[in-house]
Amino acid sequence: MGSVTCNPLAPPSTHLLLNPSKIPKFCHSRRQLHGSQRAPKIIAYYGLKTPPYKLDALEPYMSKRTLEVHWGELHRGYVEGLNKHLAKDDVLYGYTLDELVKVSYNSGNPLPVFNNAVQVWNHDFFWESMQPGGGDIPKYGVLEQIEKDFGSFTNFKEKFIGAALTLFGSGYVWLVLKREERRLAVVKTSNAINPLVWNDIPIISLDMWEHAYYLDYKNDKGTYANVFMNHLVSWNAAMSRMARAEAFVNLGEPKIPIA
Amino acid sequence: MSKDTLEYHWGKHHRAYVENLNKQIVGTELDGMSLEDVIIVSYNKGDMLPPFNNAAQAWNHEFFWESMKPGGGGKPSGELLELIERDFGSFDRFLKEFKSAAATQFGSGWAWLAYKANRLNVDNAMNPFPSEKDKKLVVVKSPNAVNPLVWDYSPLLTIDVWEHAYFLDFENRRPNYISVFMDKLVSWEVVSKRLEIAKARATKREMEEERRKKEEEEENSEDEAVEVYVDGDESESE
Repeated sequence: MGSVTCNPLAPPSTHLLLNPSKIPKFCHSRRQLHGSQRAPKIIAYYGLKTPPYKLDALEPYMSKRTLEVHWGELHRGYVEGLNKHLAKDDVLYGYTLDELVKVSYNSGNPLPVFNNAVQVWNHDFFWESMQPGGGDIPKYGVLEQIEKDFGSFTNFKEKFIGAALTLFGSGYVWLVLKREERRLAVVKTSNAINPLVWNDIPIISLDMWEHAYYLDYKNDKGTYANVFMNHLVSWNAAMSRMARAEAFVNLGEPKIPIA
Repeated sequence: MSKDTLEYHWGKHHRAYVENLNKQIVGTELDGMSLEDVIIVSYNKGDMLPPFNNAAQAWNHEFFWESMKPGGGGKPSGELLELIERDFGSFDRFLKEFKSAAATQFGSGWAWLAYKANRLNVDNAMNPFPSEKDKKLVVVKSPNAVNPLVWDYSPLLTIDVWEHAYFLDFENRRPNYISVFMDKLVSWEVVSKRLEIAKARATKREMEEERRKKEEEEENSEDEAVEVYVDGDESESE
């Protein structure tokens, strides 16, 4: 008694995945009914995306318990909070997560949904910025770009870890591709802020909220940041993100009209 | 609150704030000042100077440890309870507001019960009708290292909601931590004592302001007597 229109144009995620076997995000759909039946509006909700590895796969650098709490409870909490906001507010309908982050940031005067939306994005991105057997150094294009923009990989690594150590309070450290300047940079952000809101393109992130490292490293931020760079960071993920980012910067971001 | 937490929170975090602060202010003009003064000066009306974070965190943590005691919790009494009931309706409503502030502080920070006097900490603003009713208790939350001293409030009680304060004992369950803090750790005696000091301070400042205003008036009236208008042939009315 109705037609379901599925909107498949919402891109699957902002960043290419290594193992595209995740739970796909549901399509937005609306059921149109004839006759006197009241049309129940069906809105899509976000699901909690699982990291592309098992929860204990990052041991001994990041414990299973940390993943269980950080992903299983905190990240999940953000997803549930986001869905609660979506259920309440029609205005938020129809955005991809990227767009929702930018729109709800509202040029610095964030809407209530911002914290939840951006934290879902941030954590999806963070899990995929790591891999078991990560670390080492990048290769090919990513390495070339890093050497071009930082002088050397060692210099980049120092800057990145330095940012992690000097960040006060909660926040993230990012390797971003700056869209206007067309170069890589290390930025640190407070709380949940994400370089997307400045129209830059994140390549790698490190979660420096205390909940990310306290169980494993207590107050030793230095060791945590070093371990991340030496054993966890996924340069594979960075490579695919870089390729996409370069395309966006060089060719412009595609404008896909939503039907 | 486990010994482990105290060992890290006090022994490492708090200690680091103190040591780093000392390194930052040695030899500068901040060196001889009291900690509260260092905080206000380095807050710099929001444009924080480097020593602010360490100074404020050192103060905040000292204040936090003293806000607790073994076998704490329960309800306050006496004047504190009266003021709470006056300004929040009931102790339970205060509790709800405080717990909610602590739970909703996004990122790192603190939640406070503070005594707010009838002043405005803005240089050229005056409270035109100062009254006893403006002096009241408020619940506020602050991010990172900020504390109500910079708003000219008198803090009475605080809870640390940086994750390092509760993660070892409660992991991500901040609301549980807050409840346990209020039920089992808060030292209402200390809070009451701070309230007395805050009220005394407010009264003293009022008296000083009265005195200063009177002095200014006297000076002005003296001046007026001395002013002489030199007129030409025409008389000018002012």
